[in-house]
Amino acid sequence: MKATCWFDTGDVRVEQVPDPAARNPRDAVIRVTSTAICGSDLHLYNGFVPTMQAGDILGHEFMGEIVEVGEAITNIRVGDRVVAAFPIACGGCFFCKRETYSLCENSNPNAWMAEKMWGHSPCGIFGYSHMLGGYAGGQAQYVRVPYADVGTLKVPEGLTDEQVLFLSDILPTGWMGAEQGNIQPGDVVAVWGCGPVGQFAIVSAYLLGAERVIAIDRFPSRLELARARAGADVINYEETDVHAALLEATGGRGPDVCIDAVGLEAHAPMAIHAYDRMKQAMMLESDRPFALRQAIMACRNGGTVSVAGVYGGLIDKFPMGAVVNKALTIRSGQTHVQRYWRMLLERIERREIDPTFIITHRLPLDEAPRAYEMFLRKEDDCEKVVLKP
Amino acid sequence: MAIQQQHSDAHARWRPGRVINGSSATAALDERLAKGLGWFSIGLGLAEAVAPRGVARLAGLPGRRTLVRTYGVREIASGLGILSERRPVGWLWSRVAGDVLDLATLAAALTSPRSRRGRVLAATAAVAGVTALDVLCARRLGAQVEADGGQSDAVRARTSITIMRSPDDVYRFWRDFTNLARVMRHVESVHVHGERRSHWVARAAGGLRYEWDAELVEDRRGELITWRSLPGGDVETYGSVRFVPAPAGRGTEVHLDMEYRVTGAGLLGGAVARLLGGGASSLVAEDLRPLKQVLETGEIPTTDGSPSARLRDAARGGRP
Repeated sequence: MKATCWFDTGDVRVEQVPDPAARNPRDAVIRVTSTAICGSDLHLYNGFVPTMQAGDILGHEFMGEIVEVGEAITNIRVGDRVVAAFPIACGGCFFCKRETYSLCENSNPNAWMAEKMWGHSPCGIFGYSHMLGGYAGGQAQYVRVPYADVGTLKVPEGLTDEQVLFLSDILPTGWMGAEQGNIQPGDVVAVWGCGPVGQFAIVSAYLLGAERVIAIDRFPSRLELARARAGADVINYEETDVHAALLEATGGRGPDVCIDAVGLEAHAPMAIHAYDRMKQAMMLESDRPFALRQAIMACRNGGTVSVAGVYGGLIDKFPMGAVVNKALTIRSGQTHVQRYWRMLLERIERREIDPTFIITHRLPLDEAPRAYEMFLRKEDDCEKVVLKP
Repeated sequence: MAIQQQHSDAHARWRPGRVINGSSATAALDERLAKGLGWFSIGLGLAEAVAPRGVARLAGLPGRRTLVRTYGVREIASGLGILSERRPVGWLWSRVAGDVLDLATLAAALTSPRSRRGRVLAATAAVAGVTALDVLCARRLGAQVEADGGQSDAVRARTSITIMRSPDDVYRFWRDFTNLARVMRHVESVHVHGERRSHWVARAAGGLRYEWDAELVEDRRGELITWRSLPGGDVETYGSVRFVPAPAGRGTEVHLDMEYRVTGAGLLGGAVARLLGGGASSLVAEDLRPLKQVLETGEIPTTDGSPSARLRDAARGGRP
C-alpha cells in the first residue's frame, strides 16, 4: 500500500510499504477513505519529537471502511464506515473506566520510554513516535487499529467524510480545551492560535455558554476565519499589544478562561521569540512557551488556563509566581476523544457544528509531502489539509 | 449530621502515619555521586592523556608531561571501573590511592625549583578536595554494601503495579504458574508438578537459558504467594508476591519482592545479572506490565509486524 512516511526533519515521502493485518483479537484494519494532517504532525515534521525513526508512517486523524476485524470484536464488522480516535485506549483500565482515555495504561507498548521522560506514560498514539507506541499511522491506504472496539465510532451514511473526519482528534480537542475552562455565564474566553483546534475551541466555547470569545493569531486568513465563521473577536498579535487589548476588552479584569491552542512551537513578534528559539536550538529548553506565558499573564485572578496545544518536554521562564498569586487553575491533557465523540457526532447531525469550515485544501495522498510544506508555511492560506488515499 | 457522621468515620479510621521505606534516597544519591566521580575521572584523564603539557603547566609542574600522561591513563581506568558497577567501592578506593599519589607528586614538586609554587599549591588544594569526596563516597557505598549483607551475586528486585481486577482474580491467574510463561517475557516455560512444585525455564540476555525447580512456601488465597528455589538449579531465587486491595475500586496492588542469584554453569550470566543489578527492578516491572494488559484487556498490545518504509523490501501486493 501507499503510506506517508517520515524520514527526517522536513523530509516526508509517500512510499510503498507492506499492508497491515490484524495481529490481536481486538484489532481491526481500516481502508482509509479520508485522512488529515494535524498541526501536531508539524512538530514531527520540524523534528521536535524524539524517538521518531526513519520510515515511520505518519497520521493520527483518519477514517474509512473496516476490512478486517479480530475474533474478539463484536460491535463493529467488515464493511462498517468508522472514524478512528487518535488515542489508542483499552477501555478496561482505571483511566479508561473514568473516560480519561488518553491516559490508558495499557496501550503503549513502549511505556517505559515515556516513563523515563514524564514519570508515567500516556496512551499509545498512531504515527506519533516510538515513545508513544510506535504504531503505524493513518496517512496511508490501510491502517491497523488496536482495541478497535473502543477506538472506532460508526458514522451514519447521511454524513460526508469531511463532516465527521475531525471527530478523530481536533474537534474533540477544541471541545476539551473549552470544557476544561469550566466556562460560566458571562465568561470571556481568549483563545491563542487560530489553527483548526483554535477554531473548534472558539465554536465549543460559545456552545458551552461563553459571553464572548477573543481569538489571537498573526495570519489574516486565520483571523478572518475565526471572525467570520467561528464568531470570535480577533487580535493580530503582530499589530496589537495582546495583553493591553485583552485587558481593555474585559474592563481590566482579564479573560476568565485562557486557552492555549498553540503549543511548543509558538511564535512571538519580539526579541522574546529569538530568545526562546535560541534556547530551543541550544537544547536549553525543548518547547517555546510564548503563548502559554502570555495566557498566564493575561488570565484574570482565579481564572483557568486550559492548555490544548501540545508540549513535549521542558520550558523556560514559566511564570509560576503569577499562577500562585493569581490563584490560577491550569488544566491540560491529550484529548479523551472517545469521551466526547458521540456527543459531538450528535451535534454535527443536529447541524449545531459544521466542522467542514476549516478545510482549505483537498489533495490526493500522493501529494502529502507538498501538503506538509504548504501547511508549515501557511502557503495559499492553508488551514487544514484533507488527504484522499 | 452527615458531616458529623463523616467526621466520626474518619476518626474511627485515624491512625498515625508510617515511615515509608523504599529504596533509600540517600543511597541513590551516593550512587549518583559515584557516577559523577567516574565521569570526572574520565574527563580529567582524557585531558591529561591528550594535553599533558597544558595540564602540567596548569598544575605548576612544567616538563612533567610523561608522568601526567601516565596519570591520565590511570584516571581513565578508574573512571571506567566506577561507571561499570552500581556500587564501585573497590574502584573508588583506587581513586583515593591515585589521589594520594597525586598529592605526593605535588608535595615533592613544592621543593623543586622548576615548579611554580602558587600553582602547585592551588592544584594541591583541588586534589585534596576531590580526595575528601572520594573517601566519603567510598565509605558510604561500602557501608551500604555491608548493610545489604556484603558483596553478593544476588539481585534484589522490588516493584509493584495496580491492576483493575479483584485480588482473587489476580491471585488465581498468578497461582496457575503456567500463565506467567504466557505473559512474562523472560519466562519461557513453567511446568507444575503436584501441589507445591514447579519447573521453570527462563531466558536472559545473549540467549542464555536457565532452569530450576521451585517450591511454594506460603500460599494464601487472594493474598500472598511466596516461593523458593530447590538446590541444583541454575538459579537460586526466593521471593513473595502480595495482592493488596487498592483503595476505593482501584483494583489490586501487586507487590513483588524477589531475589535471585545465578549459580554454577551460569556464572557468566551471573556477572551480567550483577552488572544489570540496578536495573533488575525495572526489568521485572516490564514483566508485570503484560500481566496487567492481559488481565485488563485480554491481550498484550504490540507493534510487531507494523508496516513502515523500513520494511519496504518485504512489501507484498495491495489488498483487493
